[in-house]
Amino acid sequence: MKPSPFTYHRPASVGEAVATLAGLGGSGKVLAGGQSLVPLMSMRLSAPDHLIDINGLAELDMVEVTDGTVRIGAGARQARVERDPAVREAVPLLGQALANVAHPTIRNRGTVVGSLVHADPSAELPAVLLLLGGTMELRFPDGVREVAAADFFLGPMSTAVRPGELAVAARFPRQPAGSGSAFVEVSRRHGDFALCGVAAVAVTDPDGAITSARVALVGVGGTAVVVDVTPAVRGSGGDLDPSARDGLVDGHVDPEGDIHATADYRRQLARVLTGRALEQAVVGARNGGRRR
Amino acid sequence: MTTETQVHVSLVVNGTRREVDVPARRLLSDVLRHDLGLTGTHVGCEHGVCGACTVLVDGAPMRSCLLFAVSVDGAEVTTIEGCCAADGSLGPVQAAFRDCHALQCGFCTPGFVTTVTAYLRENRAPTEAEAREAISGNLCRCTGYQNIVAAVLKSAEATVSEPANGDPA
Amino acid sequence: MSTRMFGERITRTEDQRLVSGNGRYLDDLGHDALEAALVRSPHAHARIVDIDVTDALEVDGLVAIYTYEDLDGRMAEPLPLLIPHPSLTHGRTQYALAREEVNHVGEAVAMVVARNRYLAEDAAQRIRVEYAPLPAVVGIESARTADHLVHEDVPGNVAAVMVQQTGDADAAIDSAPHVLELELEIERSASTPLEGKGVLARWDDDDKSLLVHTSTQTATSVRQAIAAKLGLPVDRVEVVTPDVGGGFGVKIVHPWPEEVLVPWAACRLQQPVKWTEDRREHFVSSAHERGQLHHVRVGYDDDGRLLGLSVRFWHDNGAYVPYGLIVPIITSTQLLGPYKPAVYRVEFSSLYTNTVMVTPYRGAGRPQGCFVMERTMDAIAAERGLDRTVVRERNFILPAEMPYDQGLVFQDGRQLLYDSGDYPATLAKLKKLVGWDEFEAFRAQAAEDGRRVGIGLACYVEGTGVGPYEGGHVRVETDGSVVVSTGLTSQGQGHATMLAQIVADELGVPFDRIRVTTGDTRRFKYAVGTFASRTAVMSGSAVALTARKVRDKALRIASTALEAAVEDLEIVDGRVQVAGAPEAGIDLGTVAVLSNPLRYAFDEAAGAATQFATPADPNTPPVEAGEAPGLEAVDFYSPTRSTFANGMHAVVVETDPDTAEVRILRYCVVHDCGTLVNPMIVEGQIHGGVAQGVGGALYERLVYDEHGQLLNASFMDFLMPYASEVPTIEIDHLVTPSPLNPLGVKGAGEAGVIPGSAAIAAAIEDAEQVTIRRMPISPSELFDLRRKRT
Repeated sequence: MKPSPFTYHRPASVGEAVATLAGLGGSGKVLAGGQSLVPLMSMRLSAPDHLIDINGLAELDMVEVTDGTVRIGAGARQARVERDPAVREAVPLLGQALANVAHPTIRNRGTVVGSLVHADPSAELPAVLLLLGGTMELRFPDGVREVAAADFFLGPMSTAVRPGELAVAARFPRQPAGSGSAFVEVSRRHGDFALCGVAAVAVTDPDGAITSARVALVGVGGTAVVVDVTPAVRGSGGDLDPSARDGLVDGHVDPEGDIHATADYRRQLARVLTGRALEQAVVGARNGGRRR
Repeated sequence: MTTETQVHVSLVVNGTRREVDVPARRLLSDVLRHDLGLTGTHVGCEHGVCGACTVLVDGAPMRSCLLFAVSVDGAEVTTIEGCCAADGSLGPVQAAFRDCHALQCGFCTPGFVTTVTAYLRENRAPTEAEAREAISGNLCRCTGYQNIVAAVLKSAEATVSEPANGDPA
Repeated sequence: MSTRMFGERITRTEDQRLVSGNGRYLDDLGHDALEAALVRSPHAHARIVDIDVTDALEVDGLVAIYTYEDLDGRMAEPLPLLIPHPSLTHGRTQYALAREEVNHVGEAVAMVVARNRYLAEDAAQRIRVEYAPLPAVVGIESARTADHLVHEDVPGNVAAVMVQQTGDADAAIDSAPHVLELELEIERSASTPLEGKGVLARWDDDDKSLLVHTSTQTATSVRQAIAAKLGLPVDRVEVVTPDVGGGFGVKIVHPWPEEVLVPWAACRLQQPVKWTEDRREHFVSSAHERGQLHHVRVGYDDDGRLLGLSVRFWHDNGAYVPYGLIVPIITSTQLLGPYKPAVYRVEFSSLYTNTVMVTPYRGAGRPQGCFVMERTMDAIAAERGLDRTVVRERNFILPAEMPYDQGLVFQDGRQLLYDSGDYPATLAKLKKLVGWDEFEAFRAQAAEDGRRVGIGLACYVEGTGVGPYEGGHVRVETDGSVVVSTGLTSQGQGHATMLAQIVADELGVPFDRIRVTTGDTRRFKYAVGTFASRTAVMSGSAVALTARKVRDKALRIASTALEAAVEDLEIVDGRVQVAGAPEAGIDLGTVAVLSNPLRYAFDEAAGAATQFATPADPNTPPVEAGEAPGLEAVDFYSPTRSTFANGMHAVVVETDPDTAEVRILRYCVVHDCGTLVNPMIVEGQIHGGVAQGVGGALYERLVYDEHGQLLNASFMDFLMPYASEVPTIEIDHLVTPSPLNPLGVKGAGEAGVIPGSAAIAAAIEDAEQVTIRRMPISPSELFDLRRKRT
């Protein structure tokens, strides 16, 4: 299982990388972490003629945490982002999701942006970007454009990145003050792709009543799916009514069966894990949540 | 068909600078094993799942079968051979594996040893559950993992009492 | 006074090199060799219309391309059918390279040799093979329905039908007070060692000899096979087993196509050639096992005693049967476990399918048999309202009944005769270990916490130490070190350590002065191989017998040199001495010198030994009749039949009421493999076997679609367990020594895997009150069963 030959490019700057990519039309593939790409190449399921290696670009190897956003450059490794205390404070959901991504050894090399661009329907990070309403920064020779998460993921393994464009960063808005978040998933083995995964963010008022409950589900369709579960909040205590919650989830998921799990089982997981993720998120919110 | 273009790759492997000229598509696992003669790193799957090929790149465990050598040009790489003590005797992790019967065929062992070596630097005193989790990204078909968990805990004891030894160059 | 080695938890001699990265596995060798890659069929069943290599010829670094048309002599004949059997009426094996037809995805069609593997794969990819697809037969159902045939000349896809019976089981069942029928299924799985197969061959044109390294479980047999195929005299071929990264049965098959193709190419090209199998190849072109479908009819009395047992099963043997019927024969016979049904009948059909061939994987048919028998016992217990251990106890063969003749023929062609074992005692230990009698209290407590738990158990008996023989060679060198060899091979079982422990005790030499070689035909030429949990029994006994011969000879020579009676001598720490008087002694190394009456004293040891040499009697030859020079011996161990180990496992599981995930809370093993040479090594074997049992119960299945495509040919989707999926394993031992061999040992290599599916299925059933007749089971499937129940 050895990759086919390719022409290797190691641009010295982001500008050069973008120019090279654009010049190659669609026949250039970006090599960042490579944890998804290299196995495909070794199996010869992918055989790009050109590989543009962006690993050395210092400009992309950054994590910026500002008042409003966490901006993660295309070179930033998942492990680094997972450990970054400023990221953990601003967008705790990222660290919670990353803990479920493959294994630590993979995360030492894989990148956050790479996972987003790869857009596997069972991947955790696209759900986080969607749920938090993040954006992707795409550079092309003449400039930069930002694409909202909702417009970025088009289908399984398919995104809005055009041939010749380079995704240079992902932006995650800070989670709201007083919110709690959680990421829960079920996989066959530790570190495997999720059969179903749920990212949840909940906001409660000072009395603990839920004012917002939103989830993004993974493994239940061609892309991650966002569901606003707030309408299922009932009663004076401001809690979620389980059957209303389940109904909302059911209405939004369309999972497929495969050798690991049936569609019906994934539906069951979608309901159960939404409940669990929101429960954890609500507890987090009620315990003070993410402080400003 | 023309001969493949070679790229120059320079690595510091187990403390020694090594230079090779290889095709860009040559995986780090193959460069280590065949171009540098360090056959201790093993290849079990070539799709990143089994972990037998795990080496340390700038101190962090990575799957060498998922890296093109050229992409880590300039890096410091530590392989199983570099986990021995400075005088060539077994390092604390290796000794613990032997003492706990944490290997049988030995094929997966290099990937475990490098992973555990790096892990213990960050977690000096893991609980049994933490030790098990730490090794849950590497496949072993022989041991059933029980003795590998024991070896992690035993290495932790040894490393704590001898912090300077066993650190790869 | 040296300590006894036998029975001790000695750390292994293998580990120093393995743990420091100095192992020498196949791909670590032959850096100067050319490398091969195979073109493999993408179709499950097809005729080969044309092979066009034009584009491949352009690849730089290409050395050769071979197809069937290039194969000459016996290379053009099918690969051998290793184990014929009268019932195997329609045995078919493959050609080294497909001749006109391919019968599974992955079958080898062409071989490329190039400067390195990357280039070989480039060339292989450019070879255009035109196929005419044929209908694929996949799964037992379509095989037995036989709308289509795998092999044109095999009616009904039936390779064999075999019946064994001890009486009229149907009549016994028909007249029994209670009757149950069950249908049970185990899905296909595979050994999947971390290291795949590999072959390195080097033809020496000066010497006219061939040296082959191969990652095999049987060097001596591969040697015979290669010599036969290549038309070489056997003594011009040597096969050396390197360090092997696991076998678990898959590497006992021989010769693989590559095992003859690579040496053949090396001879033609006059350059060393190496082939290292990659992971995808291993999935689609090695061997699988486990897939069987069983129909059981059982008749029993009010107490749950088995009055009649009739089992009919279908065994999926894949596209070819080079290993014959060993797996289903083992299922047929070992299914009985520790029980004595009054009458037993078993019939199986071994069926062809257009899938990878089926040969033994650790357990070799026993896990299926155990699953069937144990689920049947649980079903009887449920129907009778009896405790599951009570039903079993009532059916146990008792120690007083040993040796017990089950009235069947075992896989070695010999009587299925249980020689020893104490099943009631094993069960008592297991119940105590797992807390069987206290479980209901635990269940009640768990229920209060909203937790769902269950307990299950399973028993097995394993015929180990299968013949025909193994041998040992022991030689004391003039420096006092001891060289030991046996012909079978090692794949991580610590044979070198185990055998050294035996020799250390038998010969009285320090453990660290002993060097053991296995699986090298240059050192030992007569052997069978490593499989069927036989090494400790076969090579252990052979080496012990050999060491005793060496000891006897050493004492004879020393008694002359020391002018002492043989009965007064002992060997301690490598020194022959008068018992209790170490000053009056002679080192074994010196005895070795004395044993070889050389004309020339070419080193110090030889010179120094002359002080002990008694003046030669001019009227007797220096080497007496019947003697040989050297302090060495060869001996063999060949038992009349297998020796029977047994064990029982108990499992406590917890199931998630919402997600149907299964968590193993406790995994308890009571294991009896007779006397233990190295308890640490035995426990390691149990751990590994249990992990594969857990894998087979909850995670591992090979999935073919209806076109014969293997859907999960990678570690991503074939779910071997990580540490996170394997529970802590609690072990207690029982020792019923084998009466059949000098050491009292029984085999231990496979046991851990045998009852896994049975025990885990039972535990999940106990937790969930669903009926589980098919393994493995995933959370998704458990969820499904739950819904069907409500």
